[in-house]
Amino acid sequence: MTPAGPRSDPRPLDVAVIGAGVVGCAVFREFAIAGARCALIERDADLLAGASKGNSAILHTGFDATPGTLEARCVGDGYRRYREIHAKLNLPVLDTGAVVVAWTAQEEAALPAIVARAHENGVRDVRLMGAAELRVREPRLAADARAAVLVPGEAIIDPWSAPLAYALQGLAHGGTVHRNTLVKGGTRTPEGWKLATDAGVIHARVVVNCAGNFGDHVEAIARPSPFRIRPRKGQFVVFDKSASAIASSIVLPVPTERTKGVVVCRTIFGNLIVGPTAEDQDDRTAATVDQAALRALIDTGTRILPALADHPVTATYAGLRPATEHKDYQIEALPSANWITVAGIRSTGLTGSLGIAAHVRDLHEEHFGRFDPPATIIWTPVDNLAEHRPRGHMACDRSRIVCHCELVTEREIAAAFEGPLPVASLGGLKRRTRCMMGRCQGFYCTRRVMEIASGRCGDLVEHIA
Amino acid sequence: MTDKAIIDRPVVIIGAGPAGLTAARRLRDLGTQGVLVVERNPEAGGLPRFCGHPGWGLLDFGRVWRGPVYARKLVAAASGVEILTDATVTALHPGGRIEVSSRSGPMTVHAHAALIATGIREAPRSARLVGGSRPWGVTTTGAFQEMVYAGSLRPFRRPVIVGSELVSFSALLTARHAGIRPVAMIEEGPRIVAYRPGDWIARWAFGVPVMTNAHVVEICGTDRVEAVLVERAGHRERIACDGVIFTGQFTPEATLARLGHLHVDPRTGGPSIDDRWRCSDPAYFAAGNVLRPVEHSGFVAAEARRAADSIATALTSQDASGDAAVAVMPGGAARYVYPQRIVSREARVMLYGRADREHRGHLRVAVDGRIIAERRVHARPERRLAIAIDAGGLRGAAALSFILD
Repeated sequence: MTPAGPRSDPRPLDVAVIGAGVVGCAVFREFAIAGARCALIERDADLLAGASKGNSAILHTGFDATPGTLEARCVGDGYRRYREIHAKLNLPVLDTGAVVVAWTAQEEAALPAIVARAHENGVRDVRLMGAAELRVREPRLAADARAAVLVPGEAIIDPWSAPLAYALQGLAHGGTVHRNTLVKGGTRTPEGWKLATDAGVIHARVVVNCAGNFGDHVEAIARPSPFRIRPRKGQFVVFDKSASAIASSIVLPVPTERTKGVVVCRTIFGNLIVGPTAEDQDDRTAATVDQAALRALIDTGTRILPALADHPVTATYAGLRPATEHKDYQIEALPSANWITVAGIRSTGLTGSLGIAAHVRDLHEEHFGRFDPPATIIWTPVDNLAEHRPRGHMACDRSRIVCHCELVTEREIAAAFEGPLPVASLGGLKRRTRCMMGRCQGFYCTRRVMEIASGRCGDLVEHIA
Repeated sequence: MTDKAIIDRPVVIIGAGPAGLTAARRLRDLGTQGVLVVERNPEAGGLPRFCGHPGWGLLDFGRVWRGPVYARKLVAAASGVEILTDATVTALHPGGRIEVSSRSGPMTVHAHAALIATGIREAPRSARLVGGSRPWGVTTTGAFQEMVYAGSLRPFRRPVIVGSELVSFSALLTARHAGIRPVAMIEEGPRIVAYRPGDWIARWAFGVPVMTNAHVVEICGTDRVEAVLVERAGHRERIACDGVIFTGQFTPEATLARLGHLHVDPRTGGPSIDDRWRCSDPAYFAAGNVLRPVEHSGFVAAEARRAADSIATALTSQDASGDAAVAVMPGGAARYVYPQRIVSREARVMLYGRADREHRGHLRVAVDGRIIAERRVHARPERRLAIAIDAGGLRGAAALSFILD
């Protein structure tokens, strides 16, 4: 196929990816570095404004996936690929390991099956851990922890910088990103699809539907959707950074049929989170929190780690997982329709994304042909936001610190408005820099952030005459 | 990065607000050389810088000024003391080793004594666990005042004000200054928290309806606040607005103590101190609003003076009586008490605390079960409780209780 051309090129693009969540960004990157002329189309002003906005930010080994499923395969593959490329994109990994803790005799009895499943999934270092060893590893765990399964490979990553780096790498390879662009429909052409958007027509040979919580709506452009998205809301409580010393591992419960349950884990930004809840809802955008659920999460967290009671809450958030009536990922190529469906990526999308992207590219190669890859791959490292690695404020000639809680400098905020993918919303700015995300939630920095951001993130404030 | 700078100072004061600047001035007056004040903002003065209404300075300067004037007077009064602005303390280590992020790079300061005077902030929406979506337009009084007075920025036109403490009326005054018309003041309790005529002022002077026994259950809106859902007497009411100002519910900005090795009293939310203002590590002292939820600046300044006196004494004496500290615990309806430890065995020691509810009764101090001080009080959660004791009575004592019953 042809190499990337200028935007006025009348030929259709090779691939149009709908949806700039983590999966869409990874698929966009994969096609761009494979040599495709591709576009990433996003309805919101910034990346990650939907399902990818709020998750637990764990890099999963896939130890607990149902063996033989596509999800198991993509998560395992995505895990390996992230480990392979993260340093080149300056993306962090905090190797914490995880413990699946049994609190009852019944749960304890379920542990050997968890180990067996992990081994079947190829995660061979997973093993049982007795109460005494667990106590040494996690001394602050409540006293009635009976036993655990140790998963050494589970880790914590940055849920927002990773997809940003993927999108930037796609851009560096000639891809284009269209934000504020809602796909309203599509018509078939001899070559592929003309997608009607509220920002004009995008013509592409193959469309990849990565539309997350709107996956079934977008699917309806190609066919009656064989799945229905019913978002599953997950609320989280973020505790102060002082709480991150309480647990070193990710603390997982023994899962039930329905959900992986409430997790207690540190974040890459140095906090500790408790969540998620699992609440099915029809609304596809309302990621609201409610006090009763948040209190229940705090109670659960305090039940697992009693010392949590002395630590303040920094933030609360909710994410919407794009669940379908099927348990597994819904990924398939429709050869006669020039369409690839990537849907139902419920809760493992952050880890699975790179594996999903590779799988989607394989599907493309099988059904629609392959591209000529570029001679060299361009790497687009992003600024580090992880607490355990050097940050911008540590530089010798640092600019003024604007956000004191998260130690974000003026230069970092200014940089977010520059480059090939400048932020265009307050949410995007927060995800990109961490400003206003700390314990004071803007008490100390709102004015300064507004002075810099208002007008560039929508009209947030007026000037008093 | 080059080699990290390392400097040595007899006293480091963290925070250049009313407490830090007053301590700096006092130490200078006592003849202590080489005091360094570290301030993370571009200018010294603390939160009063953004409180444009009058009411500052009466107790410490004998005058009444607007906040920004008071802040300037504090800075001027501490002249001669070195203030390093744009410098953020990032960590406190045992023995007075302090990590600072300065404009010229990270540095380590070794202090013989360090005073934590990092003040206070309001509890944001998240810490109050308020439900709903997360649109723009949700803020605190402090951030609102800074937007209006320092930035000439108007973030909304018709906000609701949550809370009715004194600071909530600062939010009202600030709104009026900015041409903003709050649509309601929402108070969870049965009455306005600030002294009368607060509710009268709100209703008649500003035309803002006051809803008591009401609380915000949900914030609605996608990009910007569109409404709040308020629950009152079992009924839910939707109030259209374009912003929410969460006022009060002050929290000590005790992050450095929390993240480091210093003991934090979960009741006050601040570092625990002894009656000489010392934290659990004797190299560190603390004074001002970092000790507990809010006191006015005059009281804070008085505390800082006494802490400075204690620091000056500690620098010149061999220190510490051999007596063990006597732990002070709250009891009954007392929510907290400080100082949390008493090391003196002579002279008068003041104990301060707050009640967890409105209560008429007795405030008593008991040593190993024996009452050593007592007085009648009408306590309210927002009012300070204070009682003096004779520390001479503590010889051989194990524990002391501060009981409201």
